[in-house]
Amino acid sequence: MAQLIQEKEYLYWLSQIPSVGAVTIKRLWDRYGSFEKIYNIEEKELRKEKLLKGRIGAGFDQWKGHVEEILETYRSLEEKGIHYVTFLDEGYPERLRPLYGSPAGLYVKGKLPEEHRPSAAVVGARSCSHYGKETAKFLASSLAGAGVQVVSGMALGIDGAGHQGALEAGGDTYGVLGCGVDICYPQSHFSMYMEIPEKGGIISEYSPGVSPEARNFPMRNRIISGLSDVVIVVEAREKSGSLITADCGLEQGKEIFAVPGRITDSLSRGCNELIRQGAGIVTSPEDILDFFQIQMNKKLRVDEKNENGLAKNEKMVYSCLDLQPKFIDRVVEESGLSLGECLTLLLELELKGRIVQTTSCYYAKKL
Amino acid sequence: MFCKVNSVGLRGMEGYSVSVEVDVGEGLPGMTMVGVLSSEVREAQDRVRTALKNSGYHFRPRKVTVNLSPADIRKGGTGFDFPIAVGMLCAYEILDAQNLKDAVLIGELGLNGELKPVKGILSMVSRARTDGYCRCFLPKENAGEGRAIKGIQIVGVENLRQMAEFMVFPHRLSTAGEEEDTEDGEETDDYETDYAQVQGQILMKRATEVAVAGYHNLLYIGPAGGGKTMVAERIPTIMPSCTPEECLEISKVYSICGLLPDRGKLLRRRPFRSPHHSITGRALTGGGRNPVPGEMSLASGGVLFLDEFPEFSKHTIDMMRQPLEKKKVVLSRVSGSFEFPADFMLVAAMNPCQCGYYPDRNRCRCSEQQVRRYLGRISKPILDRIDICVEAAPVSFEELQNVRPQESSGEIRGRVEAARKIQAERFKGMGISFNSEMKEEQIREYCGLKKSDEQFFRQIYENMNLSARAYGRILKVSRTIADLAGEEHIDHGHLCEAISYRSLEDKYWHN
Repeated sequence: MAQLIQEKEYLYWLSQIPSVGAVTIKRLWDRYGSFEKIYNIEEKELRKEKLLKGRIGAGFDQWKGHVEEILETYRSLEEKGIHYVTFLDEGYPERLRPLYGSPAGLYVKGKLPEEHRPSAAVVGARSCSHYGKETAKFLASSLAGAGVQVVSGMALGIDGAGHQGALEAGGDTYGVLGCGVDICYPQSHFSMYMEIPEKGGIISEYSPGVSPEARNFPMRNRIISGLSDVVIVVEAREKSGSLITADCGLEQGKEIFAVPGRITDSLSRGCNELIRQGAGIVTSPEDILDFFQIQMNKKLRVDEKNENGLAKNEKMVYSCLDLQPKFIDRVVEESGLSLGECLTLLLELELKGRIVQTTSCYYAKKL
Repeated sequence: MFCKVNSVGLRGMEGYSVSVEVDVGEGLPGMTMVGVLSSEVREAQDRVRTALKNSGYHFRPRKVTVNLSPADIRKGGTGFDFPIAVGMLCAYEILDAQNLKDAVLIGELGLNGELKPVKGILSMVSRARTDGYCRCFLPKENAGEGRAIKGIQIVGVENLRQMAEFMVFPHRLSTAGEEEDTEDGEETDDYETDYAQVQGQILMKRATEVAVAGYHNLLYIGPAGGGKTMVAERIPTIMPSCTPEECLEISKVYSICGLLPDRGKLLRRRPFRSPHHSITGRALTGGGRNPVPGEMSLASGGVLFLDEFPEFSKHTIDMMRQPLEKKKVVLSRVSGSFEFPADFMLVAAMNPCQCGYYPDRNRCRCSEQQVRRYLGRISKPILDRIDICVEAAPVSFEELQNVRPQESSGEIRGRVEAARKIQAERFKGMGISFNSEMKEEQIREYCGLKKSDEQFFRQIYENMNLSARAYGRILKVSRTIADLAGEEHIDHGHLCEAISYRSLEDKYWHN
């Protein structure tokens, strides 16, 4: 062989065998302590040792024939701006090392979360309410502003809003994907996908080119919680992927926080259930910052009235709104103004960035 | 002997004169009918022969030839039975055709000699008048309908026997026409429905008013049970009342389809058609070998309401593109092209997503993509022709309980009529009559904004990523809103309101 193959490259080769997962790799490593050694052992041997069982490691010997091609792709990773960080490296996140089933290697675009700075996962439902989105954005931006690293899954809804908030505050944020890091999923988050690696990173345990399959997502949740010190669930239904993240976090000994909701909202049922089970309650970013013992100079309050700089009429309309989107008809009734006036004022407020039109003709305050 | 009787056939919306020529002569006994006849006309020979026999006439067996001229137009319908029967009576010299020179005969025959009503009387009688005939013999049940056309004497006939009497004693004719004129009451233009019955729905009602005032097409989006259909159904009540010419135009279509509710009275109300979403393209445009009008023509002068808009087949909906532009349907057949009116206001309604609850996230579980896909089912070219799009919200309990007096249709109609008047004045001699029909130059001329508003609109345009089409639509709608307010210039409020009604495409596809 032209080049001396390093341990890390052998590990890369091993991780390319589809049926070999993180746990198997760990088991083999614990037994032999060298991936070169593992490469040179025959499948029969490994099976005799009961290190490979059933389907796991099927075709182990055949894969040795592909080692050249595999190493080819390995060497082209850096050209694509993707770092491969394994547990053999120093840069591997210390937060992940002690976990059972921690990934043997991570593909990273950008960088990994820093070890000595606090990090928080902001997760929740994909089809969320406007209220949930705003809350996630607000929490994430306050946390990022205070120097907390925000980790999430880059999914639609809450996850995306979390990243968005952190980016808006100029903080670093980390997206853990259920597909290869070279694939932007969902596509509508493309601008976010491009922006995140500038300061933070996009992370995945799946090799580049792996498509976003449903079964990958519960697996990546363990990395989201693993990379964080606290997990904040903003909105989740009763059976939700976000609860898997929370469960992973619990197993990993992370602190779980949930944003409480009204008992009638199905989107808050998961959160309220978490609180019943003893999760911390988040009513403001301070709850999280207190946990990290970070002092904030500015008092952050969610319900802070912010009517400064508005004309009298605008105030009348603005005060009718809250975080729950309100239909235009209700605004007309409550403000007592005519429909035409309301539409004019709402449009102006929207341009000023004080309110948003969540879908057409439904208006809500911005946090 | 040879004899000629006049009748009228129907071709599309218009009637055309037909001479029914009957000849009785030597030869092998039998009856031959010529003149490109469809099967219902061909069957007339059996009906006619039996009807004549049962009316007490017996004929010697002779060779009878019937020709319907012009012989190169395909003739359909059952209205030729009556003239053929009378023609035979004259050709056998039982009656004298002298009195029938300036008269037209239309009607279907029963086997007992009784006359039955036919479709399309209005078009046929008005053709007879244009062609200079001064008398029309119609089945009694069609007589009232025929009388809607002034300037021609209408004689209602019950059966062949009575017709023979009229021909033998012509002086009875002079009184025959007027006997029922006294009870010729017209249908009233009062509607049973009224906007006063609709609680709440401020936005929907206002947008509807604007749409009617400028003749803009309209789209409602909202959850099931939000009152979309209720508001739409009442649109005719705020449209200006029909002029006599409009009544006639509307009634003609219904007459051809045999849908005049009470035979003999013209329609005074504007039509509201709401076809089911399984409708075929043919049913919408009209069709058939001898084309008959479809839903678009039946809605002409009123409202075509398409509920569950995304469920209509794209193909069907796309058939409305040209008619929406030209305000008429043109169907081409080998025998020529047929024109039907299609001057309707398109009102569509749809749910915001598959389950209908979006944006209520507690109930709607559709993902953003699913919502987009659902909205994407609507044909874009049609969407382009819809100027106003509004949301309907679910009705709250309070609204259901606190019954408050609401504005009546009459008040709204007053404002609409005033706005229409302003538009008629503005577009005099330009070939258009509504703001919705304005073209680029006219928009530039009549929809000028103030300097400050121009700045504001530019900001909106860039912030909301509007398209060039949306730009024109918003200006047209704000012109209508200004007209409703009786203002000469578009001001800030009008513009803002128009922006809120911007089309679905701009609301959902860009942000």
